Amino acid sequence: MNFPADLKYTKTHEYARVEGNQVVVGVTDYAQDQLGDIVYVELPEIGREVKAGEVFSTVESVKAVSDCYAPVSGKIVKVNEKVQDSPDLLNKDPYGEGWIAVIEMKDPSELGNLMDQKAYAKHVEEGGH
Amino acid sequence: MAGELKKTPLYPVHVKYGGRIIDFEGWALPVQFSSIKEEHHACRNACALWDVSDMGEIMVEGPGALGLLQMLLVNDIAKGYPGRVIYSPMCYPHGGVVDDMMVVCLENSRYLLVVNAGNIEKDFEWISGLAKYFWRVDVKNLSADIAEVALQGPNSEKVLQKVCSYPLKEMKYYHGRENVDVGGLKCLVTRTGYTGEDGFEIYTRAEDGVELFEIIMDAGADEGLVPAGLGCRDTLRFEASMPLYGQELDENHTPLEAGLSRFVCFDKEFVGKEALMQERENGLRVKLVGLEMVEKGVPRTGYKVFDETGEKELGYVTTGSYAPTLDKYLAMAFVPVQSSQIGTKLTVDIRGKKVPAVVVKMPFYRREGKKK
Repeated sequence: MNFPADLKYTKTHEYARVEGNQVVVGVTDYAQDQLGDIVYVELPEIGREVKAGEVFSTVESVKAVSDCYAPVSGKIVKVNEKVQDSPDLLNKDPYGEGWIAVIEMKDPSELGNLMDQKAYAKHVEEGGH
Repeated sequence: MAGELKKTPLYPVHVKYGGRIIDFEGWALPVQFSSIKEEHHACRNACALWDVSDMGEIMVEGPGALGLLQMLLVNDIAKGYPGRVIYSPMCYPHGGVVDDMMVVCLENSRYLLVVNAGNIEKDFEWISGLAKYFWRVDVKNLSADIAEVALQGPNSEKVLQKVCSYPLKEMKYYHGRENVDVGGLKCLVTRTGYTGEDGFEIYTRAEDGVELFEIIMDAGADEGLVPAGLGCRDTLRFEASMPLYGQELDENHTPLEAGLSRFVCFDKEFVGKEALMQERENGLRVKLVGLEMVEKGVPRTGYKVFDETGEKELGYVTTGSYAPTLDKYLAMAFVPVQSSQIGTKLTVDIRGKKVPAVVVKMPFYRREGKKK
């Protein structure tokens, strides 16, 4: 399973890629594998303010519905419209074309609450709960 | 928890082929091997192989067998002859459904009933209870002794013929044959299935189940055969609009409401006949319909169905899913008859949001060349 070193991770299996004062958010390789074929992604509205830990998107596979939690607080400034027509991008390329949204951070210190690659890999190894 | 699950005789092959094991009605069975979509497409375009040993088999045998089955089942079993397979619901006196099953007519006084995994005990008790009133009929639950696999998809005949001496071309849809040699194993083979594709269901002794699965996997190596799990078993039968007991069928709905009137024979006596005749006369309350989502969203089992405005609750989704072959979001739902016409605009409550849907014809999917 692939967990890039340049990303931050949540316990609930979202990742955050920091780009200046923004983060690109999606679900991890582990999450997409556990869910199986993803068939629908509910995107948040642009401009919505989210708090860290708040549900900002819902990802549905053939068998399951899974909420996605914001890794950091801030404003949704961009969403990936492409995943509405091709939700399988989350399976094929979770860290690339399968991103979900971009959040403009309110408080970058919140990044300190997220896991690095090593901690996340250990979290997954222990069952991911 | 996993330790308490029942295992089918084929459990070792699920592990060998890397199946993701889940709890299905108390059985440890694979939900998928590669991916639900991949296995689904493999079945539609080539072929796929399932372990369906969780299904129950009840043998009804003796001079009184036909009389008992005619009373138990709503379909006309008298039109059976050795080698014929008949689908039938089984009703309670009030018209609700005990279970639905395949009746394999082996001989004129020997029938194998193939019933749903979750209903084996209930069915056996129900059938045995009525059998007491019939002269010379024996009812046996053989479920634990039999392994069953389903080989489904357009390449199925080609694959099975490689390891089977019986000329399968001569076996028509909903027909079957006992003591067919499959790779050296004696099997019951029926040309039936639960996917909307051509295919076979193959029964053998429990202890030969693993060998049977491997014989067929080997035979299908060049024909695109893949092992398949419960996930696509559900999406395939759903696209073909085949009912699943517990969802489209239950004790609160009659076969008429579930759209199965073509399997109900009113020219004979059977348990539930009075209730069904009354319903036919007075008109149905509710009807099973197909829904297609007009806006994107996955309508899932149990979600509520509302009228177009989203104000009035009308019914609920029995099965809903993304349909991989059709690339649509579809559902089957019980709604009042007044709202069941094709083209009726409705909404489905998807986690608080009323998403527009329209009533469409079923089955959603029908394979090419299959007669209507």
